[in-house]
Amino acid sequence: MGAEKGERIWILVTPDKCSGCRLCEIACSIEHEGIIWPEASRIRIYEILPGVTIPHTCVQCPDYPCVDACNFGALKVDEKTGAVIVEEDKCTECGACVLACPGNVPRIPKGKGSVVICDLCGGEPKCVEVCHEAGHDALTLVRGEYRSIYRTFAKDPIEKGLELARKMYGKELLG
Amino acid sequence: MYGYAGKLLDIDLSTGKVRTVELNDDMVKFYGGRGLGTYLLWKELGREWEKVDPLGKENLLLILTGPLTGYYPGIKIAVVSKSPESNGVVGSVLSSEVGVELKASGYDGIIIRGKAEEPVYLLINDDNVEIRDASRYWGMGGIELYKTLVKEIHEELKERSKLRGIPKEPAVMYIGKGGENKVRFASIMSKWVHAAGYGGFGAVMGSKNLKAIVVKGNGPLPKVYDSEKLKSMLREIQRELLTLTTFRQWGTGAGGYSVGRDRSSQPIRNWQEEYHDDERISVVNFELKAWIKKYWADYGCPVNCMKISYLRYGEYKGAITDAPDYELMAYLGTNLGIFEPEKIIYLSYLVDDLGLDGINAGNVLGFVAELYQRGILTDEDLGVKVNWGDEKAFAELLKLIAERKGIGDVLAEGTYRAALKISKEKGIDVTRYAIQVKGIGVGAHGIRSNLDYTKDISYAVSVQGGDHTSTASLPPKSYEGELINAFYDSAVICMFTTKPGFEKILEFGNAVTGFDVTPEKWINEMGLRIIHLQRILLLLGGPDVYWDPRKDDENPPRFYEPLPTGPMKGRAPNREDVKRKVLEYYRQIGYDEYGIPREDILESLGLGEAKREIKRIRKRLGV
Repeated sequence: MGAEKGERIWILVTPDKCSGCRLCEIACSIEHEGIIWPEASRIRIYEILPGVTIPHTCVQCPDYPCVDACNFGALKVDEKTGAVIVEEDKCTECGACVLACPGNVPRIPKGKGSVVICDLCGGEPKCVEVCHEAGHDALTLVRGEYRSIYRTFAKDPIEKGLELARKMYGKELLG
Repeated sequence: MYGYAGKLLDIDLSTGKVRTVELNDDMVKFYGGRGLGTYLLWKELGREWEKVDPLGKENLLLILTGPLTGYYPGIKIAVVSKSPESNGVVGSVLSSEVGVELKASGYDGIIIRGKAEEPVYLLINDDNVEIRDASRYWGMGGIELYKTLVKEIHEELKERSKLRGIPKEPAVMYIGKGGENKVRFASIMSKWVHAAGYGGFGAVMGSKNLKAIVVKGNGPLPKVYDSEKLKSMLREIQRELLTLTTFRQWGTGAGGYSVGRDRSSQPIRNWQEEYHDDERISVVNFELKAWIKKYWADYGCPVNCMKISYLRYGEYKGAITDAPDYELMAYLGTNLGIFEPEKIIYLSYLVDDLGLDGINAGNVLGFVAELYQRGILTDEDLGVKVNWGDEKAFAELLKLIAERKGIGDVLAEGTYRAALKISKEKGIDVTRYAIQVKGIGVGAHGIRSNLDYTKDISYAVSVQGGDHTSTASLPPKSYEGELINAFYDSAVICMFTTKPGFEKILEFGNAVTGFDVTPEKWINEMGLRIIHLQRILLLLGGPDVYWDPRKDDENPPRFYEPLPTGPMKGRAPNREDVKRKVLEYYRQIGYDEYGIPREDILESLGLGEAKREIKRIRKRLGV
């Protein structure tokens, strides 16, 4: 199910369908770190209120502000997938990419030694696979040319959570 | 050491001292969770157990993961302490990401001792452990507290790691008013709707002036012994759990109708009946009226048995709870003569917000309503007309209980102690209406019809009394019963993800830990050690109540009254049968004819030191 030549993939996130099971975090961290490490997962579920579950990951902005911001050449773009690739040994954990990202996506978990950003698993994202198998499809793969709209999905996960919370619970509960 | 972080936090709220304790081989023999907690309590408090007031500063509150926590699907954290309900040890598990956050912080658990002078909460963020002022939060209900605390701490953690990106929200366990006011069946809550109910540990937390425990860990889970095997088994187990389709659709909620309709084992009006055929309480009506999220899971769970109920209209607009699950449909529904989803959701919301165990709350409410029905308690005694089906009256009582006001102060002692007190005051023995075993209200699975998984000695001889998640059965040394429940509570995983079975889960555990625990080793040695120690501490009891196996390894009297209605009308266990089976249980598990753990068995389990406790039990019982 990898990308065809010239075709790009994108992970479409549908928070309404996310159950919060975090099988994506487990699969991602096992794939990339060889161990379960939720904070080092390239996709993370933020649940700021019970039931308000926001899957959060990179959307591959066409202008790549994180790559631009890196002064150490630690970030580059995968030509095939368009994903941001981290060269861990070059990363100084300075946080410039974190500040540059419009969606607050990059994460530098304590003890990791570098930033973590979704690499689309080279074209076959494990998170999408496991979310589908788990029967949720809160994560689905979109194929084709990159569209400008994808960039607008890069939003702060807490802001997204508050919007979803308002929709789910209304003002009676949230005050 | 694999699968374990290797250390426990030890926090003294009286002195404010925080230190760490390394896990040693003696501790790991008890695996984790309920087992480890029982061992730690015995080691430290065993010599003077009878004098330890569960609500005194001398009690320890243990918050423990197990070796499988975070790896095996179904996240739980075990709370273990001297129970203010049973005065023995209860292992009570709570669905909460605190389990995984603790391990990611580098701890297997927390020992909490002493008592803070003023209300406090704990903040654990990797190596940074703080005891903080909670006066602002004291008095808050669960809904408000969770909203406020998670937001505030999350903002602070974000600020702390500005250049590291946004950490996931912290996990929190907390108490409501019930715990603050030391209601004996107060629960420890998480995420608005999850509870560690059995045990009454919300009261223990409250007695220590501890409002909440907030945990955020940034590290990986501890290394595992065989990561290739873990990966393949995990995937296989996840797939197997995905086949639990009805559970995925309804959680345990289907039981609200079918346990009564099909098994005649559902509590109705304080167990005066166990059969009903009332379709209003079918899960379909909860779904249509109230579910706003049908598939909800905690960390790592493929089952998704939780559903969020939220009423957007009507008298109880704004009430939020989970499905509710079967236990609360029964205990806050049928047991009170209530069959309408909105009313049950409302009461379930109330107990969650007040931080009360819905099972033991519904148990004591049913008890008091029956006393009212029989004219033993009057309007004058109660200040409320407690008629079956009147959710407003029950709501009023719940609030009085949480505040310990009026009759609520008596009922806050739980069914057993309230029954003793009312019997004394009224000069009538009302304990026959108390549906409890060893201070713990019986779960919503009856034994009379013999059609449920619970049978005639399930509760009578269990080390956790009325707890329906830890039940005894013959033969004790098999792949079901309290030895196996003790395994799940010590591995600290959810009982609803155990479909792959005891053997396979043990094998998974061995891949995590590198141990070679066979089913035989668990049943004949490791699990047995836990049950024997729990039994010893239960029989020590005190300081306010003590158990005598000759009369207390028994069912509530009601369970011998033949079922009055339904297709199973007339059924009840036979008292002599139960006596005989209890003795057989003693024999097979290694208790003597008085139900006391045998010294030769203790010796062979490496618990020879516990003979000093056996001596005290014998002395008290005069045997």
